[in-house]
Amino acid sequence: MMMIRLEARPEPSRLFRWASPLIAAAATVAIGFVLFPAMGRNPIDAFHAFFVKPVDSLYGLGELLLKASPLMLIATGLAAGYRANVWNIGAEGQLTMGAIAGGGLALALHDVESALVLPAMLVAGAIGGLAWAAIPAWLRTRFNANEILTSLMLVYVATLVLSLLVHDAWRDPEGFNFPQSKMFNESALLPNLLEGTRLNVGFIVALAVVAAGWLFMQKSYAGYQMRVAGLAPAAANYAGISSPRTVWLGMLIGGACAGLAGVGEIAGPIGQLLPSVSPGYGFAAIIVAFVGRLNPIGIVFASVLMSLLYLGGESAQLNLALPSAVTGLFQGTLLFFLLAADVFIHYRLRRARRIAKAAVA
Amino acid sequence: MADPVPRLALAGITKVYPSVVANDGIDLTVLPGEIHAVLGENGAGKSTLMKIIYGVVKPDAGEIRWEGHPVAIANPARARKLGIGMVFQHFSLFETLTVAENIALALDARLARGDLPARIRDVSSRYGLPLDPDRHVHTMSVGERQRVEIVRCLLQDPRLLIMDEPTSVLTPQAVEKLFETLRRLSGEGCSILYISHKLDEIRALCHRATVLRGGKVTGTCDPRRESSASLARMMIGGDLPHPRHPEAHAREPRLVVDGLTLASDDPFGTSLSDIRLTVHAGEIVGIAGVSGNGQKELMAALSGERTIDDPGVVTLMDVPVGQLDADARRALGLAFVPEERLGRGAVPEMTLAENALLTAHRMGLVRGAFVRADAVREYARATIEAYKVKAGGPDAVARSLSGGNLQKYIVGREIRQAPKVMIAAQPTWGVDVGAAAQIRQALIDLRDAGVAVLVVSEELDELFEVCDRLAVIAQGRLAGARPTRETDAEEIGMLMSGSFIAEGTQSERRFSPAGAIGPG
Amino acid sequence: MDTFAQLVILTLAAGTPLVFAALGELVTEKSGVLNLGVEGMMLVGAVVGFMVAAKSGSPWLGILAGTFAGAAVSMIFAVIALSLLANQVATGLALSIFGVGLSAFIGLDYVSVVIDGIKPLAIRGLSDLPVVGQLLFGHSPLVYLSFVLFAAVRLFLERTRAGLVLRAVGESPHSAHAIGYPVIAIRYAAVFFGGACAGLAGAYLSVAYTPLWVEGMVAGRGWIALALVVFATWKPWRVVAGAYLFGGVTLAQFQVQAMGSSIPAQYLSMLPYVATIVVLAIISRDAVTIRLNAPASLGKPFHPAA
Repeated sequence: MMMIRLEARPEPSRLFRWASPLIAAAATVAIGFVLFPAMGRNPIDAFHAFFVKPVDSLYGLGELLLKASPLMLIATGLAAGYRANVWNIGAEGQLTMGAIAGGGLALALHDVESALVLPAMLVAGAIGGLAWAAIPAWLRTRFNANEILTSLMLVYVATLVLSLLVHDAWRDPEGFNFPQSKMFNESALLPNLLEGTRLNVGFIVALAVVAAGWLFMQKSYAGYQMRVAGLAPAAANYAGISSPRTVWLGMLIGGACAGLAGVGEIAGPIGQLLPSVSPGYGFAAIIVAFVGRLNPIGIVFASVLMSLLYLGGESAQLNLALPSAVTGLFQGTLLFFLLAADVFIHYRLRRARRIAKAAVA
Repeated sequence: MADPVPRLALAGITKVYPSVVANDGIDLTVLPGEIHAVLGENGAGKSTLMKIIYGVVKPDAGEIRWEGHPVAIANPARARKLGIGMVFQHFSLFETLTVAENIALALDARLARGDLPARIRDVSSRYGLPLDPDRHVHTMSVGERQRVEIVRCLLQDPRLLIMDEPTSVLTPQAVEKLFETLRRLSGEGCSILYISHKLDEIRALCHRATVLRGGKVTGTCDPRRESSASLARMMIGGDLPHPRHPEAHAREPRLVVDGLTLASDDPFGTSLSDIRLTVHAGEIVGIAGVSGNGQKELMAALSGERTIDDPGVVTLMDVPVGQLDADARRALGLAFVPEERLGRGAVPEMTLAENALLTAHRMGLVRGAFVRADAVREYARATIEAYKVKAGGPDAVARSLSGGNLQKYIVGREIRQAPKVMIAAQPTWGVDVGAAAQIRQALIDLRDAGVAVLVVSEELDELFEVCDRLAVIAQGRLAGARPTRETDAEEIGMLMSGSFIAEGTQSERRFSPAGAIGPG
Repeated sequence: MDTFAQLVILTLAAGTPLVFAALGELVTEKSGVLNLGVEGMMLVGAVVGFMVAAKSGSPWLGILAGTFAGAAVSMIFAVIALSLLANQVATGLALSIFGVGLSAFIGLDYVSVVIDGIKPLAIRGLSDLPVVGQLLFGHSPLVYLSFVLFAAVRLFLERTRAGLVLRAVGESPHSAHAIGYPVIAIRYAAVFFGGACAGLAGAYLSVAYTPLWVEGMVAGRGWIALALVVFATWKPWRVVAGAYLFGGVTLAQFQVQAMGSSIPAQYLSMLPYVATIVVLAIISRDAVTIRLNAPASLGKPFHPAA
């Protein structure tokens, strides 16, 4: 017989709403103290290499924000959908498609010198991601097909399309047969934001999208309707909120943001099209969305944390000879701890009361 | 003869939840063969007490004695071993399984062996509740499903049978049949705990009654010697309120349904067939019917939650609205209070203010693409005040309100939009007596102001009290509306069992004189 | 005719991991729990199976270890989704992401290791019979195990009391609780079984199908298995049929290449994923059948209100 049980709170706990991501983050870091010794590394050194070293220089801080940009961008888009119970899991594929669309434009305009090339690429990227997300949206509204599975299948397809292009049609003829496209022209690259770092204008774009996302979800009527649809579909129907419209909006917003992030990567640190244009940002952004509580401030902080995990993984590989896969491990662990800590928002622990008068069974 | 040992004796039973004391020092005694009513309005603590007796919930204090011996009922299996059977209010049946499978699940493994289907056939026909063991439950009517629940208990030779609000889903004729079965069981020595808030039924059936109010026992009596008024006084501590009901003056037709035929979305639902109905300004039309006869589908088709192919089948003020969604119909002047408060009429996790925006957004609550937060809060605040909703304010979360208060808020939200047509589905279900009276009065006031009102309800008493004309829905068909004063519960009861549909239905016996149920 | 037998063998072999994983997930979902972590559990089963097979020299020990590893990791999901009442979709996703990371992490030292995998059956006399020999007796032992699993699952669900209780829990956990069944415990068991099957599926891939370990070698099969359960409308025989269908599609890409076609490899690799989408769309259209067959409480957390 359980002596401790979970009892529903009369009202959700505001304290835990904010505390649980912090608890989850702390617990994840604590896991490091268990993991590193298990791999034969001094935990203090490992902690330093993982969490401190990557950001102890200006360049490092620039990298932190550079990686956080696509994460917060995608997570904002995904959050809108998740609030509406639209589960877009295919952001990675939409990111890839955005890169393809924007990159394709960059290659087509390779010899054009114009200030309009870059904005056009960004728009193309957003449209590319949006179009890829339209497929699961259409399949869900027209065929009732689960968008989790369809959007995910399309991730594999998008990666294969990219592979096809960089191996074949778009391969750089002077690239020594490596699967890569030509390097982009200067006019197709995002301008640098901070001297001495790789941080580019994409960071500003990301922040702007986060702000716009907040305005949309919290202040606009359309955002309200999406929240209703996610919390109580029958109430949404009762209010006349169209379910197909919600699905479309949820998917397309996520797709556009992911596509924008994708073109931001190739117009930024990568500078060309490669077989892989993302170290799994599309999936990491899902975690960022959750850890960030689906709201903008949380998402910004969570994306910085996730970015640190990425950098830490790279640093660990360099300085500790640890595998880079340790990043994925931490990411999954973070989400687990968040979900576990979240229970305390709606429930609390109670010792089960004992029956006052003992009775003979 | 010495005093018989009580079959069941509760002493000082107490159960406390974080937000409410559900049971407070309850004493209850049931003799062998006695039909004992537990009477109280919604929220009085009846369900919790039954769950304690059946072992689903453990009391925080108090003693239970079974046939003189103290017992601890740790779980339902233990309760069944003692000989306690429970027929739940919201059936605990599994729709995609057969009758035999459903019954097997509730029996202890030992009893479930052998030729169960044969035993089901035997016991069910013996008690006048015939069942086909191989039928899937989702094909069965609500009344038939209750039979499964009862037979499931009977197969375990119960010594105490708990019936939790059994008649809310039955026609008056089916109620009489149930009473026969219960009287027979009682004659065989089985005790029955009969939970209800229906005073006339209790007076017709039960030997003793224990009255609960606010978690405490406020009295015990012999209901056969009491009047409905005296029982009501024990139940609510005052007199049953009666709404003022002046003569109606109906005017132009506002809502016209002309030949509505619609297949149900739900494979377990009921399809509608050629429904015709007109509701005029300044009248209240009621639709009576046992739940599961098409009310859900009809409400969805009228509110706009489900659109119809032929736009002209439903018209609002002469405008064809069949193809319009709920929001578009609201724009034309329709208001709708749905059957489910939480999850449909209101979003449980949102505040009352946010819930105001759900349907009242046309009341100046939105400017351009953005929400006017101040206007929203003000609308909510004014609704709370006007309808005396007991809540912490516009920022109170919908889920934290009691059923009655949330219903008052929803009704108020809709009425304050000055609709031309109001549809209300089960408006006082699960609502305490005070709030129920307030809501019924609000509907009558609405009618007097010239609004066309349609009420769908399972409570005949309520319909007779409030409506000017009454229609009946059964098996997806509508028996046309007739003036209330020209009909009675018996006729409506006959219609509810579908007598107007098929020819050659078995003739139902008239309601026995010993317990006639009349209007009001 | 030998090529026909070969084709059948290859198709069954390719479909077998899907049979294992999908049957396991079917049982989990029948109890009302949606566990999206199949991909992660399969990867963990694959890497642990391979490691143990390499270290111990016994591939069968590896299979066993992989099975348990999948079950163990499914318990993380169970605690968070069942006891702590977290959103099942998010928790399943977390499990998949975690499984990808964990498996890549612990499998690092084993990437170029070679082991003795599990060979297909070769029964003297029987396996050498023309046509029939290979067709009936030439499969990997695990393929036969998958047949047994199918029969066992079907029997369990349709004929045993325990299976009836499981179905009831998935249909209406509150009713089952009201009658007195331990809903959460039953769901834990269902998740455990699903995890074990996923682990078995992964171990089969790394120890029998292609005895090797590579990061991400499950390549989305876990997700395809999830889709399979949906378009089998939760019926075991349809799951098996669908699994072999997909095995065939996966095979097609190699066959087409082997025939010397000039279609770029990427198009062929896309086939299984595109096929999944198409079939999912076709099946999901029939909302009524889905409603009648899907466990009604699928994905909803259960908390006894008392």
